[in-house]
Amino acid sequence: MIANYGYKDGSGDYYISIDTDKCIECGANRACLTACPKGMFEIMTDDYDDEVAWIKAQFRKSLKYDCADCKPAAGYSSLPCTTACTPGAVKHSW
Amino acid sequence: MITAGIDMGSRSIKIVLLEDIKVEGAPQIKYDMKKPYLMMPGDLDMDKAAEIAFDSACKEAGVDKGSVKRVYATGAGRKQVTFAADSVTEMTAGAKGAVYMFPNVKTVVDVGAEEGRGIKADSTGKATDFAGNEKCAAGAGSFAEAMSRALQLSLKEFGEYSLRSDKTIPMNAQCTVFAESEVVSLIHSSTPKEDIAKAVLDAVASRVCAMVRRVGIEKDVVLIGGMVHNVGFVSSLKKALDVEELLLPEHPEYVAALGCALLAAETH
Amino acid sequence: MSAVMQQTTAPEKPEYWRWQENTWVDETMNWRDAKIVTCGIDVGSVSSQAVLVCDGKLYGYNSMRTGSNSPDSARNALQGVMDKCGMKLEDIHYVVGTGYGRVNVPFSHKAITEIACHARGANYMGGNKVRTILDMGGQDCKAIHCDEKGKVTNFLMNDKCAAGTGRGMEVISDLMQIPIAELGARSFDVDEEPPAVSSVCVVFAKSEALGLLKAGWTKNKVVASYCQAMAERVVSLMERIGVEKEFFITGGIAKNPGVVKRIEKIIGIEALKTEYDSQIAGALGAALFGYTLVQKGQAKQG
Repeated sequence: MIANYGYKDGSGDYYISIDTDKCIECGANRACLTACPKGMFEIMTDDYDDEVAWIKAQFRKSLKYDCADCKPAAGYSSLPCTTACTPGAVKHSW
Repeated sequence: MITAGIDMGSRSIKIVLLEDIKVEGAPQIKYDMKKPYLMMPGDLDMDKAAEIAFDSACKEAGVDKGSVKRVYATGAGRKQVTFAADSVTEMTAGAKGAVYMFPNVKTVVDVGAEEGRGIKADSTGKATDFAGNEKCAAGAGSFAEAMSRALQLSLKEFGEYSLRSDKTIPMNAQCTVFAESEVVSLIHSSTPKEDIAKAVLDAVASRVCAMVRRVGIEKDVVLIGGMVHNVGFVSSLKKALDVEELLLPEHPEYVAALGCALLAAETH
Repeated sequence: MSAVMQQTTAPEKPEYWRWQENTWVDETMNWRDAKIVTCGIDVGSVSSQAVLVCDGKLYGYNSMRTGSNSPDSARNALQGVMDKCGMKLEDIHYVVGTGYGRVNVPFSHKAITEIACHARGANYMGGNKVRTILDMGGQDCKAIHCDEKGKVTNFLMNDKCAAGTGRGMEVISDLMQIPIAELGARSFDVDEEPPAVSSVCVVFAKSEALGLLKAGWTKNKVVASYCQAMAERVVSLMERIGVEKEFFITGGIAKNPGVVKRIEKIIGIEALKTEYDSQIAGALGAALFGYTLVQKGQAKQG
């Protein structure tokens, strides 16, 4: 399952997608949990009883602002969360 | 030579007229800023409104309209100023005006009615980078305005009420429309208006601050745009940016128009 | 603008956003004959539904406006349908809560997200060919892609921004003083289809709509323009998860043809028609999850 957390508003698209199929048997030892400087990731049991990462509810409506520190306006080459997730389950839409 | 800068904002039209003063032997050109002019276009068509505003601005400043050499426009409706020689973005105009007023400024925070943004400027007043909140009412003055309406306070009172609170109530809603219901439920739960006002302004400040961080916060930092008049917002923003000093221009809403007039004057 | 604001917030203002509440039970069935009776309760931000499922088949439902707190809304929604068929709480084997207030549903045995429940409910109502589900609720919008079993394969939710939600529709309904149920029909009563209002943001779209009225547009034309913007906005969300046949729409907005028909036109796929009230999809899915859980439990015991 591709789970998209975030939103789209007038200013743009701000989604972090998690490919749960790549996440169930995490090959990176749940590195996302510590990689994100704001600790936005969390492991939970989803509706189909799989243990996967998701974005904590309090961050889902403000990703544009919460992720801003990792994304300088002048451009970025790599994000801590996507770099840490070696199975490639985590993606940013912006 | 007289030049004009017209800032066609979403709510109001701001006009600045500049005349250069030649001082014998001085290395730099000095400018005399005439009395700035602001008009609410109301029901008028924007292109008509621009012309009426320009006529009135010249009259108010005692300048013969025919003697204005060059007009530049900025703002959301800049393309509607058909008589302008050229138009520049709000970032370009804002950075230019801010650096003219405060030569050591590196970071310009611009919060108007509909947009909030952080701009990085070099010593010549050129905008080198920016990050903003366009097209979403949550990151700008209109968010505070909608909430002040819900609290039945004027925008000015809203800021003053906020200063009297030392509480930090987080607001969950990020959208202006949803935040209105949140404010209403805070009112129903007897939360003091002071605390609600501060919660709202803290929320706008934190969003604006996140955008400024994207360009980097480098001293000196100046705040321009209509929200300078909101004392509560200024205080919340200063805290969020974590800076010792936040410069505030005397006529914050005219900075972009001034920048525009300067750019018109520097064109040869 | 402020003059209009005051006008629309006057105390004698009729509630233009209010949808009809309704209760239904399948008179051809008798719940007393069922082996397993399960219930799904969807407490949404605007409306709450209780659905009863007998042996995996939809039996009855009740839909009403959400009250000031989730537990009471859940209780009232359920009471409404139980009263209609003479059922008592102890006759129900399993209750699943879903929706915004799912964790606050009293007497519920489990809470499941509305994403999974909507997919499951749509799979029942629209059949196993349903792949794309759009749920436009009062304060959010969800786009879901699912497989033939009704299992979610891709989803997104937007509850941050009012654009593309029922709330965004209420704003235009209030502004135009047109009951929300009439907006759809009014939006088609225009000489030619206008372009969408350019602002996504509801706050800015509202000022834009006022400007269009001042410029001499008829109310219907402004509503059409707003519905088109709403449709474009929702389609842009759906495109992130991929739009595939069959297409099913749930939630309150399904009742607004002004938006639905425009969405269908943009994506080139017609939404499936259903004989049921599409607002019950979440609660129905929850009740079906409950049925599966009871079956699994019985299989283990047996």
